[in-house]
Amino acid sequence: MNTSLATKYIEIQGVEQSFKTKKGPFCALQDINLTVAKGEFVTLIGHSGCGKSTLLNLMAGLTTPTQGTLLCANREIAGPGPERAVVFQNHSLLPWLTCFENVYLAVERVFSANENKGKLKARTEAALAMVGLTPAAHKRPGEISGGMKQRVGIARALSMEPKVLLLDEPFGALDALTRARLQDELLQIVASTQSTVVMVTHDVDEAVLLSDRIVMLTNGPAATIGEVLQVDLPRPRSRVALAEDLRYLGGRKAVIDFLYTRQAHVEKAA
Amino acid sequence: MVSAVFHSPLDAAAPQAPRDARSAPYSVAAHANGTGATATNSMNNQTTPAGPAARRQWDASLIWQGLLPPLLGLGLLVLVWELVSMGTGASIPSPKDTLAQAVQIFSDPFYSNGPNDQGIGWNILSSLQRVAVGFGLAAAVGIPAGFLIGRFTFLSRMFNPLISLLRPVSPLAWLPIGLLVFKGADPAAIWTIFICSIWPMIINTAVGVQRVPQDYMNVARVLNLSEWKIVTKILFPSVLPYMLTGVRLAVGTAWLVIVAAEMLTGGVGIGFWVWDEWNNLNVKNIIVAIFVIGVVGLVLEFALIKLATAFTFEEVKN
Repeated sequence: MNTSLATKYIEIQGVEQSFKTKKGPFCALQDINLTVAKGEFVTLIGHSGCGKSTLLNLMAGLTTPTQGTLLCANREIAGPGPERAVVFQNHSLLPWLTCFENVYLAVERVFSANENKGKLKARTEAALAMVGLTPAAHKRPGEISGGMKQRVGIARALSMEPKVLLLDEPFGALDALTRARLQDELLQIVASTQSTVVMVTHDVDEAVLLSDRIVMLTNGPAATIGEVLQVDLPRPRSRVALAEDLRYLGGRKAVIDFLYTRQAHVEKAA
Repeated sequence: MVSAVFHSPLDAAAPQAPRDARSAPYSVAAHANGTGATATNSMNNQTTPAGPAARRQWDASLIWQGLLPPLLGLGLLVLVWELVSMGTGASIPSPKDTLAQAVQIFSDPFYSNGPNDQGIGWNILSSLQRVAVGFGLAAAVGIPAGFLIGRFTFLSRMFNPLISLLRPVSPLAWLPIGLLVFKGADPAAIWTIFICSIWPMIINTAVGVQRVPQDYMNVARVLNLSEWKIVTKILFPSVLPYMLTGVRLAVGTAWLVIVAAEMLTGGVGIGFWVWDEWNNLNVKNIIVAIFVIGVVGLVLEFALIKLATAFTFEEVKN
């Protein structure tokens, strides 16, 4: 693999996204330029409504930009596909299928052309085992906790062996303790699979703990990238050891400073 | 007419909490009922600490809140009925006489002395058969039509005015058209059932298709699922509860209409039986028939509610 592909695995060039509304066009994002290297963990952070999820949806191919191009491995992102797996904020599991069947649906789609059923089942079981859900494999989403559902969502995404893992506030709806545990699990999984990850979050600690780079977005409308922070903490990272690490605290300070001083969120008059 | 279907006491007896989340058109009355029942039940459950003393208290509250009110309601009905019976000089028969008559009728429900004198069992079965045929045809047409109308905005705009125009028409107004076209009492009654039960199924299926959560469709797009997988794994399961609500409304309406239709067309059937007993001035049998019609309607409704609950799943929060 040549070096330019390794450092520019995802390439976003001059992307603008506007939506048609009753009051005329609404510009959500403009002038977005970003590259993500292979194996890199990038988080997008910003106040709610700034267009983080819009940017992630563009990378997923769920929406197409009004201007600019998005490339993944030198190919234009023309639509959604299993090579860019998405973990949705609300888990989006199909409630009438068991956890196993939810993951199997994805595995079957990606690998059934070349592999027999036994192999597909083994892949599904392996994905569930990776997130520690083997005992709950045959339960329906309604019978398990929020944290477990989110883990099934992650297992479903990982089971497809995606080139890029896109996470849209995956832990936003969870309580603090469950969130911390899943963050640690995600760190381990990403370290072992060497995945390229783009994650949307509004949690400063989560961003600093997990990412190689933090991309901070300015407030919308017409949000753009305000600042990019390199997080040079060595891996593997431990949240307990980092709690007093000066580089960690420095990174945290930089993000908080950006979010609350320079981009202090102005609530629209309701 | 449709909302009348909903005031069945079984709604209160069978709380349907999961169904409430999926409120479809028309079902507001039933939901209000259902939630009321759920609230009472959970209050009962809160008073269940362990220990024999507490258990006795719980039993008492169960009898007080669960068993006593329905019994009092029935008692009130019998009392009013008895008073009316006495007031009219027994031209409305008393509950006791009616009960005796009912026992006699049900001791031999399946006799047959020619086309105009058959047991009540045969009458119920032939009414149910007409409902089944008319309703089955309506489902075969209405559910696919609902899918198409829900899926394509063009079709929805094309057919919505027609549905709005035809739906409020009393089904019995269609009976002469049926008699004219099909030249027979039985097909005309089936036609009437068909026309009255098709609307709730079309409308509820279409609403269900329109309300498939966007999240599920996003999953389908990210996984790049085939059209067949989208229909079988996502569209059909998420529309099913709406569809079953439509089916339930349709069956309820069909059962209301068949009695009226049979009174007009004659033949064998519970509606005709009521009319026949009126001509014979046999009021006891009419009252028995009213109870029978109520019980059959209740059983149909209850079965379909059970069916709908089995296929209703927790939805993704938006």
